[in-house]
Amino acid sequence: MGDGRSRRACAVASLNSPSSIVVVKIMNVGLEQYLVVSFLLFALGLLGVVIRRNLLVIYMSLELMLNAANLALVSFSRFNDKLDGQVLVFFIITVAAAEVAVGLALIVALYRKRQSAHVEDLTSMKL
Amino acid sequence: MGLPDILFYVFAALTLLCGVLVVANPFSRNPVTSAMFLVLTIVSMAGLFVLLHAFFLAAVQIIVYAGAVIVLFLFVIMLLDLKEEQRRKIKLFGFVGGLVSVGAIVLVCLKALKAANPGADLAAPQLEGGTAALGKLLFTQYVLPFEVVSVLLLVAMVGVILLSKKDLK
Repeated sequence: MGDGRSRRACAVASLNSPSSIVVVKIMNVGLEQYLVVSFLLFALGLLGVVIRRNLLVIYMSLELMLNAANLALVSFSRFNDKLDGQVLVFFIITVAAAEVAVGLALIVALYRKRQSAHVEDLTSMKL
Repeated sequence: MGLPDILFYVFAALTLLCGVLVVANPFSRNPVTSAMFLVLTIVSMAGLFVLLHAFFLAAVQIIVYAGAVIVLFLFVIMLLDLKEEQRRKIKLFGFVGGLVSVGAIVLVCLKALKAANPGADLAAPQLEGGTAALGKLLFTQYVLPFEVVSVLLLVAMVGVILLSKKDLK
């Protein structure tokens, strides 16, 4: 009797073990969770670039994509015990700041010429 | 599930929620609202950086992005006076097409991530991204890129001054 019960308990435990592994995997935050967040943020930025028509909001979505790449790099750096990824993120932040300055100056110059910051009004290169 | 894990989920949810509100805010089409939610996204991402023990980068993220880049965005928004831009509608075809294509890309990426299963065989991370360690690496191994970046910033500054002159030739 006792033997049967222990065997049943063992079977239940072996049945439960895959789901408990899944639970642990969801609960324990590792590289995979950070990468999922990074992917989703990148997708949001891409979606913004595709669906929005305002140049400034498109630019903000580009920043979102850059940030997603930064998050992926920092998490790779952390989980591989190498600091080089963080140095790369440092350079990316620097270049992004320069890029924002130049891009916004271009948008302002464009607005002065066309009185619009809307991509549908900028069709002078269309055949 | 310890406190860092709970904080990870809090910051990740905040990052993604504010990211959605940057891109497609159902209540406001104003670029100022997008910029404000971009600040929130960046600050919660700095929280994620702290959870990854990248303390220097978290500080730089807040100082450079939330401090400088967003202020630049707000200046330009104020300068352009975009009142009449708000009235335009998002086109349904573009919206649905963008949603479907980006959703497909996300699906492929998540499948690939699940198949690759990264970090399964990694040991517990020990790395600390403090200012001292990062600065040491920056001024020994990466000193040439560091100097090149300073030239790049100079070029960007000259370019911006040239672009914002009154009469572009």
